[in-house]
Amino acid sequence: MLQTPIADAAQICLRVRGLTVAYAEEPALQGISLDIPRHQVTAFIGPSGCGKTTLLRSFNRMNELIEDARTEGVIELEGCNIFQAGVDPAQLRRQVGMVFQRPNPFPKSIYDNVAYGLRIQSSSSRAANLDQEVESALRRAALWDEVADRLDAPALTLSGGQQQRLVIARAIAVKPAVLLLDEPASALDPISTLKIEQLIHQLKSNYTIIIVTHNMQQAARVSDFTAFLNAGRLVEYGPAEAVFTNPKERQTEDYITGRRG
Amino acid sequence: MRFGSQAWIWLNAAAVGLCLCTLTGLLLLIAVRGLGHFWPADLQLYAYLDDAGATRRVLGELIETETVSRRQHRESGTALDLVPGDGPLQRLVIKTGNRRLDPPDFAHIFEHRIESVSAPPDAVVLERVEWGNAHGEVLAVNGAAHGNGDRLWQAFKQRMEAAHRVRETIKALAGTTLEAAEEERRRRLHRQLDANSFTLRLANGRLAEVPFGDVLRAWRPNRMNLAEKLGHYVETFWLFLSQPPREANAEGGVFPAILGTVTMVLLMSVLVTPLGVAAAIYLHEYARPGVFVRLIRIAVNNLAGVPSIIYGVFGLGFFVYLMGDAVDQTLFRDSLPAPTFGAPGLLWASLTLALLTLPVVVVSTEEGLSRIPKTLREGSLALGATQAETLFRLVLPAASPSVLTGLILAVARAAGEVAPLMLVGVVKLAPNLPVDGEFPYLHLERKFMHLGFHIFDLGFQSPNVAATRPLVYATALLLVAVIVTLNLTAILLRNRLAWKFRQLS
Ligand SMILES: Nc1ncnc2c1ncn2[C@@H]1O[C@H](COP(=O)(O)OP(=O)(O)O)[C@@H](O)[C@H]1O
Ligand SMILES: [Mg+2]
Repeated sequence: MLQTPIADAAQICLRVRGLTVAYAEEPALQGISLDIPRHQVTAFIGPSGCGKTTLLRSFNRMNELIEDARTEGVIELEGCNIFQAGVDPAQLRRQVGMVFQRPNPFPKSIYDNVAYGLRIQSSSSRAANLDQEVESALRRAALWDEVADRLDAPALTLSGGQQQRLVIARAIAVKPAVLLLDEPASALDPISTLKIEQLIHQLKSNYTIIIVTHNMQQAARVSDFTAFLNAGRLVEYGPAEAVFTNPKERQTEDYITGRRG
Repeated sequence: MRFGSQAWIWLNAAAVGLCLCTLTGLLLLIAVRGLGHFWPADLQLYAYLDDAGATRRVLGELIETETVSRRQHRESGTALDLVPGDGPLQRLVIKTGNRRLDPPDFAHIFEHRIESVSAPPDAVVLERVEWGNAHGEVLAVNGAAHGNGDRLWQAFKQRMEAAHRVRETIKALAGTTLEAAEEERRRRLHRQLDANSFTLRLANGRLAEVPFGDVLRAWRPNRMNLAEKLGHYVETFWLFLSQPPREANAEGGVFPAILGTVTMVLLMSVLVTPLGVAAAIYLHEYARPGVFVRLIRIAVNNLAGVPSIIYGVFGLGFFVYLMGDAVDQTLFRDSLPAPTFGAPGLLWASLTLALLTLPVVVVSTEEGLSRIPKTLREGSLALGATQAETLFRLVLPAASPSVLTGLILAVARAAGEVAPLMLVGVVKLAPNLPVDGEFPYLHLERKFMHLGFHIFDLGFQSPNVAATRPLVYATALLLVAVIVTLNLTAILLRNRLAWKFRQLS
């Protein structure tokens, strides 16, 4: 079943067709097909273990790192199948950045964390204005003002909320087209959560953002489109307002009203 | 069970206490015995009755007082002068020196036979080029008495300094080419050294004419105050550290052995680190877990249990004979059949010890690698880093404290190993230093000296074991100091890195 709330094909950034992912023959996702619009925020919601993270990690081929994971189907990024033979996963991951559920800053300085991806792309022209790139990434992640005077401090001395924004800065420093956020605020306090949500708002004009959340209010607040997954299947997908105020499926309604999950 | 657990705790504490006591005791013993040797102790003149009942005199320093039971005394067949009573007898051990002049080196005197003890102020200790120290009194320089005490001593000192300068000149000449003119000059200098002499009166009244060329240093301990003694002590100790050995290692310093030990350990570290880290990376990051990897791991762990002499045999057979020959065949054809690398040497010794210490580095590095959380690696990969980039830019730096921990253990083990080294490169006396100012500065093919082997040599191979025993302790102390220094350096480095990569989670 293909669900696409996007009428204009030119607006499509990611196109998923018949995606099936199994861990050791145990299917975690079954026949997912959906389109993700460019420069919008799309949220994946659903009960724990329904496959949200698995779907998210399919977009940058992180599932390949898991020994017994098998993937079938097609994901097109701007029209190109990312599973195609000639595609370099490292190259793909520069296009599709990811922020994990728990902040995972490297045991390096704040500066080196943000510069990490840039240095890997290296080319001397970039190294020249590394400082500028780092500053700009930190500014876009709304962290610059808090860390400008201690860029050489270890990243692990930052608070949880700051660490998560640092990780976002690290991801956007390499200028990806798509930003994947896996429950980015689940480990944070309300104020930090609010900051992250504001950040998502600001970033969406430049990035296609996909966010996984188990917090219904958050999904309603930040997303333009919302997909509801259950037991490895896509149940409902549409504009966030429609999904939250007028769900078509019974399962969706039960979930968002709190009768299930 | 309350009492039981209490007793258990006490037992544990006692065990720890015992360990600490043993350790401190060990260090103290080595330190006292070893460091005491360099102290310019006073010289005492003992007059005593010998077995025949005649009065004898010896001049020397008191080493220790032994207790000898009467039975022992009787059984040794010298029981003609038993003192009243039946307690054990005291016997003094006096180091008299004067080998070759008035043997033996040590005098054993029963306390009850001593007639008088005095400390002649002009008693002099001579550190000779050969045959150890001599004790006596200087009577005349070049036959002239120079009036009394101080004037004579001044004249003596002047001649000593002149002789010292000549010796330095000869030493400087030693490195240069042996042309006829140079050779002639050297012979002249030697003659000059032997031309001047002084008259030494020994404790037994005999006179000896000693050339200044035979004496390295001279001092009058009974005239020195504490400050002078301290100065002399520091100087002697420094000479011990900085000079090469003389006289089949029984005299002089241990500098070549210190340098050899340190060079070998550093070279071993340089060899074992990349090898161990590479092996650990392969096992932990690339090899698919399975029977094969498990077998390798078991093998690596068991390598640590192989007796070290076996490594020596392996090093000799594989490195020295096989690889060494191959290297000689390809690179040093000109000098064959004389071996260059085909004989024991620094490189092969370091490689052998690198092999010996490989397991600790591998195990410790693997442990470090496994302590890097998966989320960190994924974070790096998600930024577009390849597996290799992740390894070199993130994982290895973060695991470096563990690598250094492994290296610390390796250094501690390697610096103390002697047995395998005797097969693959350590010698009793090396003609050259492994590191010097001559290109290429580090001479991998040379044989070298080692503190551990030096201890063995001093203690058991020296012509005069009793006289070199204090040097055994001093050298042992040095070996401990060298190991501690090397380890502290590594520990400081590790702590700095650990602080840098400290993980809060
Ligand atoms: N590495 C893995 N190995 C095996 N099974 C996994 C792995 N990761 C996830 N799964 C399984 O896949 C299903 C989906 O997991 P996930 O995508 O993490 O769900 P969600 O993020 O929605 O909680 C779950 O049943 C989970 O047990
Ligand atoms: Mg999840």
